[in-house]
Amino acid sequence: MKRAIYSILVIFASACMVLATVAPILADTSEVAPGRQMAKQATKGKKLWITADHFKMEALQQEFKSGPEVTAACLSCHTEASLQFHKTIHWTFLDPYSDKDVKIGKAGLSLNNFCINMQSNEPRCTSCHAGYGYKDKNFDFTSETNVDCLVCHEQTGTYKKFPAGAGHPAKKPKVFKGNKKTYHPPDYNKVAQSVGRPTRKNCGTCHFYGGGGDGVKHGDLDSSLMKPNKQLDVHMGTDGQDFQCTRCHTTKLHDIAGRIYTNPAIDHRKSLIEDDLTPKIMCESCHTAAPHKAEGKMNDHTDKVACQSCHIPYFARVNPTKMWWDWSKAGKKKNGKPYAVKGPLGKASYHTKKGEFKWGKNVAPEYYWFNGSINGLTAKDTIDPAEVVKVTWPAGNADDGKSRIFPFKVHRGKQPYDKVNKTLLIPHLFGKKETGAYWGNFDWKLALEKGAEYAGLKYSGEFDFVETKAVFPTTHMVAPKDNVVQCTQCHTRDNGRLANLTGFYMPGRDVSKAINFLGWLAVVGALGGVSLHALGRIIGIKKFGKK
Amino acid sequence: MPDHNTEMKKVYLYTRFERFWHWAQAIFIILLGITGFEIHGSIKLFGFTESIEWHNTLGITWLILFVFIIFWAFTTGEWKQYIPTTQKLFSMIKYYSWGIFRGETHPFPKSEEVKHNPLQRLTYLSIAVTLIPFQMVTGLLYYTYNSWEAWGLGFLNLTCIAYLHMIGAFSLLLFGIVHVYMTTTGHSIFAHMTAMISGWEEIPDEETEDAKSS
Repeated sequence: MKRAIYSILVIFASACMVLATVAPILADTSEVAPGRQMAKQATKGKKLWITADHFKMEALQQEFKSGPEVTAACLSCHTEASLQFHKTIHWTFLDPYSDKDVKIGKAGLSLNNFCINMQSNEPRCTSCHAGYGYKDKNFDFTSETNVDCLVCHEQTGTYKKFPAGAGHPAKKPKVFKGNKKTYHPPDYNKVAQSVGRPTRKNCGTCHFYGGGGDGVKHGDLDSSLMKPNKQLDVHMGTDGQDFQCTRCHTTKLHDIAGRIYTNPAIDHRKSLIEDDLTPKIMCESCHTAAPHKAEGKMNDHTDKVACQSCHIPYFARVNPTKMWWDWSKAGKKKNGKPYAVKGPLGKASYHTKKGEFKWGKNVAPEYYWFNGSINGLTAKDTIDPAEVVKVTWPAGNADDGKSRIFPFKVHRGKQPYDKVNKTLLIPHLFGKKETGAYWGNFDWKLALEKGAEYAGLKYSGEFDFVETKAVFPTTHMVAPKDNVVQCTQCHTRDNGRLANLTGFYMPGRDVSKAINFLGWLAVVGALGGVSLHALGRIIGIKKFGKK
Repeated sequence: MPDHNTEMKKVYLYTRFERFWHWAQAIFIILLGITGFEIHGSIKLFGFTESIEWHNTLGITWLILFVFIIFWAFTTGEWKQYIPTTQKLFSMIKYYSWGIFRGETHPFPKSEEVKHNPLQRLTYLSIAVTLIPFQMVTGLLYYTYNSWEAWGLGFLNLTCIAYLHMIGAFSLLLFGIVHVYMTTTGHSIFAHMTAMISGWEEIPDEETEDAKSS
């Protein structure tokens, strides 16, 4: 009877153990991870349908001579379009949600460590303003016809704003000295009749060239995303789903989903399952919060680690991105003339106008806790020049319950600051020589004076250069699932990707030196102890024999 | 090494399930130890990811087995073998730290009724009711870290749980070392080990001993 009970116990226990071991393997039979399956369901069969053909529109048959004339035609049907657009940051260049007096935004006092600030440099910078004629701070932001519909909606690919034309295309063929290219006036009728939903090319015309050139500002946005393959971006790949930007940056009344300065892209994380009208701006919107196959601890990461941290192992994987910009070296001349030096990766390593550059390709991001909000200095904020000044930095920490570890490109450099007032300075870079522009005179003193004057800021007249850094969240260039950051690139004792993030325990990286020391000491002690004991017994047997 | 003074007799001490759970737990401790120390970053063998998967699966499996062991201990009455006693405890300590070197006789012969000496009872009991449950609780908490908030355990701290689990791991490692060594202290080096495999232990035949001493 007893033996029978034992046998049953043994068989039962064995069966349970086998089951426990095999269950995860059996569960693994579904080939697609749940998150992929959800996303596929959410996106499959998307066919756009359109009820209007702009080629046939009467309003677009007239002879156009300028952008604003086209806009007026657009508004004859789309009566609310400009008014909607006026409310967005694409128009105001100011954070619509922050205190107006603080002036957060390009048109305000926000800074970066590329061309620093737009004020006094408008005609050059506003070639990326979706409007016409933003040539200085007196621009009329109430004008409906000055909205540039075409730059975002035209589909011929021939519409180009002149790089220093305050948002206007060239009126007649004109060479831009900066790149020696000739800019032609657009064929407005063709362009206007081609309009449709914005594509990667529309958005990319500005956003791939942030910071003044291809891939300068963002490591995850550059011209390689015009026609990417799946290896570069698994969603946008033209050999795959061929996502356009607007597939994720969903839009309501011309207000496009995405982070704006301190305002996160989305209030809280949720998927389309929880809210079918939620913006699709997060990975989770389609992939859910438990996207991985059930086995392992992968899904247990999603509340603390953003998808991007693992799924964008490196940024700037095709085109290089700027990693260092030292303004203090600007102004050197060769034979009395400005010059440029081509460096590694085929990119300039020096330019008299701008200083010294370093570029990076296949760069591993830096990681910070991030709650979706990016803080930044304005030209009024006091800095400590004794240390590297953070021009922008991610908000959040390990303990606030909503931050996650997120990858960033960190752009470093040196830029001018006021030695007395301890503020970062806005240089007047672009303009005619007579205006005191740096690119005309190579005179910092003058350019900084003019910049401060224009922006209405205090300036002591004493300046120097300080090292700064600025952060850019890395969220595009999502790699296919076989190209991800491996567990041990973070879960490792030394030099892991998260080596600098403290305040939390991470297996494989963190140890208690005391426990480990005492633990191993005890192990050595135990081994020594039993060895000595064994030796004692051997001697004992020889001496006393065994009874 | 045959014993010349005392006749030995074979007794069936360890039943099939008892031997099974002993060796199963031995394997669990070894594998959990290896994979655990790999996760901790002390060694490299199976790979971090593989170690985590094995460690989690093994841990849960042991938990299931442990329930069966407890069930077995109570239904068979074997739990009585683990009731702690101080009787002869001192003479046991004296034997292992002195007498054993001088070839003295073990002060506590095994029998079917009393399988463990007082030192063993204390050790095994504290391991079964303290150390293993401690590792299971800390391990399960570690595993379910993401659910703490939902379970109202938000006050817990992962660093603390991880350190405790680590202390438990070192304790089990220490037990393992001493335990394996102690198996060599039988009447021959492999006597205890063999007994745990076959179930049959050779113990001094008290009748012949009594006959001799009288």
